[in-house]
Amino acid sequence: MSIRDYVTLRVGGQLFGVDAARVHDVFHPRGLTPVPLSRTEIAGVLNLRGRIVTAVCARRRLGLGPRPADAPEPLAIGLEVHGDSYGLVIDSVDEVLKLDDEKFHAPPGNLPPRWAEIIVGVYQLEKELLIVLDPHTLLDAAHLKAA
Amino acid sequence: MMGGQRSDPRPRFRVGHSVLTGCKVDDLIAEFLTETAESLEVVDSELVKFEANPNERKTLDNIFRLVHTIKGTCGFLGLGRLEAVAHAGETLLGRFRDGKLEVTPTAVTLVLHSIDRIKLILNGLEQTGNEPDGDDQDLISQLEAMAEGREVAIETVQAVQVPDRPINADIPEVVIAETKPELDRPLRPGEVSLDELEAAFLAAEAPDWMSDPEPEPAVEAQAEAPKAEAKPEPKVEVPVTAAPKAEPVEAPSGALAAALGEENGGIATTQSIRVSVDVLEGLMTLVSEMVLTRNQLLQISRNREDSAFATPLQRLSTLTGELQDSVMKTRMQPIGAAWKKLPRLVRDLSHELGKKIDLIMEGEGTELDRQVLELIRDPLTHMVRNSADHGLEPTEERIALGKPANGQVKLAAFHEGGYIVIRISDNGRGLNTARIREKIVEKGLATRAEVEGMSDQQIHRYIFAPGFSTAAKVTNLSGRGVGMDVVRTNIEQIGGQIDLNSIAGQGTTFTIKIPLTLAIVSALIVGAGGQKFAVPQTSVMELVRTGTNAEHKIEKINDALVLRLRDKLLPLVQLGPTLQLETATEENATFVMVIQVGERRYGLVVNDVLDTEEIVVKPLASILRDVDLFSGATILGDGSVVLILDPNALSERAGNMLEEKVEDGAEDAIAESALGQKVAMLLFRAGGGAPKAVELEHITRLEHIESDKIERMDGRAALQYRGKLMPILNVADAYGFKEQDIQPLLVFTGEGYAMALAVDEIVDVVEDFLNIELSPDRPGVRGTAVITGRACEILDVDHYLLRGLAEHARRQHPSAQDLITEAA
Repeated sequence: MSIRDYVTLRVGGQLFGVDAARVHDVFHPRGLTPVPLSRTEIAGVLNLRGRIVTAVCARRRLGLGPRPADAPEPLAIGLEVHGDSYGLVIDSVDEVLKLDDEKFHAPPGNLPPRWAEIIVGVYQLEKELLIVLDPHTLLDAAHLKAA
Repeated sequence: MMGGQRSDPRPRFRVGHSVLTGCKVDDLIAEFLTETAESLEVVDSELVKFEANPNERKTLDNIFRLVHTIKGTCGFLGLGRLEAVAHAGETLLGRFRDGKLEVTPTAVTLVLHSIDRIKLILNGLEQTGNEPDGDDQDLISQLEAMAEGREVAIETVQAVQVPDRPINADIPEVVIAETKPELDRPLRPGEVSLDELEAAFLAAEAPDWMSDPEPEPAVEAQAEAPKAEAKPEPKVEVPVTAAPKAEPVEAPSGALAAALGEENGGIATTQSIRVSVDVLEGLMTLVSEMVLTRNQLLQISRNREDSAFATPLQRLSTLTGELQDSVMKTRMQPIGAAWKKLPRLVRDLSHELGKKIDLIMEGEGTELDRQVLELIRDPLTHMVRNSADHGLEPTEERIALGKPANGQVKLAAFHEGGYIVIRISDNGRGLNTARIREKIVEKGLATRAEVEGMSDQQIHRYIFAPGFSTAAKVTNLSGRGVGMDVVRTNIEQIGGQIDLNSIAGQGTTFTIKIPLTLAIVSALIVGAGGQKFAVPQTSVMELVRTGTNAEHKIEKINDALVLRLRDKLLPLVQLGPTLQLETATEENATFVMVIQVGERRYGLVVNDVLDTEEIVVKPLASILRDVDLFSGATILGDGSVVLILDPNALSERAGNMLEEKVEDGAEDAIAESALGQKVAMLLFRAGGGAPKAVELEHITRLEHIESDKIERMDGRAALQYRGKLMPILNVADAYGFKEQDIQPLLVFTGEGYAMALAVDEIVDVVEDFLNIELSPDRPGVRGTAVITGRACEILDVDHYLLRGLAEHARRQHPSAQDLITEAA
């Protein structure tokens, strides 16, 4: 039996998890510069301690509705794909969970295509399901085009 | 040379590993390829030097050591073919070294051949990971024959004339004097039987010269003393590690010279280490980050009077600045790295053409960014080849003209502002102004009247014009022109400029000016649509303030915006709407940036010009690469991120926009012109008779294509154009296409299709009132009008567009023909 660490986060009320080893940092996406003519998922570019980070909106990527006006300031988790720095903009970050591989399930077959390809699998937690995201397909330009 | 220790300009073989950490053989081979490629470049130029001055022991030792190392490594890696060739080459070199063999051009050529063979094998090795199949016995036999066959009694090798020239203490220079090729052919096998060779070879293989390539400086120095140069061996590599100024300028002689030579010039000097490019890039990022943090700290400190931090902070600030400079320097490489192949190239050309050519290189130590260096390597090589090949006269001609027999090609580099200036000059015949003038007119690049009014230099510059050199054999006429437009494009792409100066009978000088680095560029920060953007300053020619009270006004032609600037119309691109940030900016637009991209000039309309700043260019994440209008992003001093606009992509976008506008606004334009406004007209000739004219705005594009690209099918002509087949019509039906050469085309765009009109010659673009006076006497002509004092036939574009549409329709739906007739 092996244990993995997951950073858990919420987007549109749904609980998601990302392999903690992939998450570089968690930050407030501030000072965003919009990128004209880019796809809607792109929230903009920002300066994170001298690095240019491309912020991708998880809500738009997942096809969820816009963030409510009264929602608290969003957060972003720092990920690296193909050597580029990305920030996945999410609603909030929960705790880091240690989860047993035995409780891991392949994603159910009835997911919409947009979700199916970016989901690695599902953990059954006591209260709810934790959906594990694959940062690679989530932020890959080729997959974005297909979405 | 030092190239062996500097970080390689080509990081493709760079594998982040050490030989000590139990790596794979593949990695070893990759490392071997990198090292060997570097060594071979050195061997090439060293051999040329050696040929010119066979008494230079140090040069020979250097060559010997490099070849020996290659051989050793090959053996270790089990590369038998390479080892055999290197071994035979080494044997021959060993004979030179022992003074048992005279150094002749033939011998050097043979060694160069073996170097070429090694390169060939390495190439195969690089591509497949294995040594390619092949037999080198022919070459090896020749090398062995050379090594054994000519047991010439030891005598001083003939002195080779080194051209006299003042020696500048600060600028190390390399002198390559070429000897006249006497026996310039490799020895043929068969002069000695193979068995004999084998036997002789085995007998000759004394291990003695292999064991220790270290020279004995003292003894050697004495032997060399009378020949000692007036300065310490000025080598290409010197400025790389040791500051050239640190060298004594006075002539050190004897042992001192040898000792100095060993210290400064010796290849074994390891004052540098290999660092992977990634590590350097990482350092760059960290430093940029540090600079920003420092700026924030300074900001805080300024707002507080009391601060005990002020002094240490000041110190930190200075140190950070210095650190940034130092890190920037790690990206820099001496330009000499791009010149390494040239001595060999010139030597070979010299032999090939039977010309005596001196290649002089000055300022090899001048540093510039690794990336820029890579980009100018090929254009430079091309230009040197051009100078040697076409610029210089054959030796006999030179002598007849009373010029020095040796032609000279000189490369010089120096810094000027944030630029590096490179001069490539020859003392040859200069450009043939008259022939270029003829060619300009012939190609329709300018009218005869225009050409007559041009200065020589203006005429010479046409060799950079696209369409000038790609045509017939310009090379033979003017002596130059092959791909000069390509050279210019390459240089302009990196924000550089090229110019030339040619004096008949005295030679030609090309001057290239390029920015030292692409990583840091000077940029204008502009505002549009409420956002800031950076525009690289190199492409901005001027800034024009516009607006209601300003001298210049933005005007509209069929919804397309133009600016009247010094009697020329400048097409405008509105930045905000182009980026879909806002709908219209004409009213609040205050600036037009005149941008030049290659041949194309346009105005970029922005709301504001905020600042100029030196920016560090960072690439965009791959997820954003599909937005082609931005070439990167940067972090400004205030910590905000701005996107860097790509003027090239914008101009293409602008072109498309203008085309669309032309389509739907054509009728309005005619109505307007009838009201007596000045219209831009293109004058051209086709099928004899009066010159013809067409409103410029109807034309989507002007093309010059090679006639043989035109495809003909059952009496109709078409051209593969942007992935589609575009019909070509003739203005005068009776008149055929130009059979050879370049065919000028006017491209028009209809509703979803394009067509072209073939004309004989494009004469000019003028602006005049369009008053059609005489009624048309044949289809395709709207009438006659007087334009700039000449009667011209005005082309009926609609007529040709319909014919073009018919061509399209015929190809796709034969039945659509009826529809078209109806529409007509």
